[in-house]
Amino acid sequence: MAISVDSPGESQDLCRKAGYSYTFLSDPNAEVIRRYDLLHKGAGVNGHDIARPAEFLLDSSGTIRWINLTGDLRVRARPDQILEAAKSL
Amino acid sequence: MPDNFSTNPSAADSGASPNAAKRRPNAPLWLGFLIVVFAFLSYIPIFARYPVTRDMPWANFLFFALGLLLLFVGLRRAFTQPHLYRGKIAGSILSTLSVAALAFFCLITFSLGKHLPPSAQAPKVGQQAPDFTLADTSGHAVSLASLLSTSDPSHPTKGVILIFYRGYW
Repeated sequence: MAISVDSPGESQDLCRKAGYSYTFLSDPNAEVIRRYDLLHKGAGVNGHDIARPAEFLLDSSGTIRWINLTGDLRVRARPDQILEAAKSL
Repeated sequence: MPDNFSTNPSAADSGASPNAAKRRPNAPLWLGFLIVVFAFLSYIPIFARYPVTRDMPWANFLFFALGLLLLFVGLRRAFTQPHLYRGKIAGSILSTLSVAALAFFCLITFSLGKHLPPSAQAPKVGQQAPDFTLADTSGHAVSLASLLSTSDPSHPTKGVILIFYRGYW
């Protein structure tokens, strides 16, 4: 599941263009992003607050089993890293 | 006749102008500069798409190195054999621009992306992920709890991957 400050319509466009089939949720006021302490203040267009990139793997009980908080915007979790972490579930 | 050139400046001068007309263009300068431009511009549309060339932009640095090497060769020719090759002024300008492009590229790739908040209070491994409810692309409210539980007992949910991203794609 993916979360950003984008509106449902913007996320729908993205899913259509990129062919993503998983759930995209909209957090336009960054409430959940703030609750997870992932707010990047003023980093968006026109100084909007947006999410910093972050990935969490939860097991079926909702417990966090793996986290990737990148220190560099260019470097994100790779699919093989996430799949490797997901093997333990 | 080297003696003529050293002892008779007027002969050297008169000999220089027909030579100048025949001077060859300095191709490595321009080719090198083009490669540097490619090295600078190619990261986002090409090399950032693949993790192996994205995380460390070695492919771009390889092109920068090749371009700067050609510029160096061209610049040396222009200054050591000015009677044969053009490019003293153009080469100096192109080389300066190229070094500036490399410096700017390093600044963008190694510095700008690292200004991220510390996120010290972010949930930790072993903790329960805080539940939330947000609208999906159709505007329907979806909770984390609803994604974790499943109505199909033959395919129980093994887990959920939560991806926070910057948006504006």
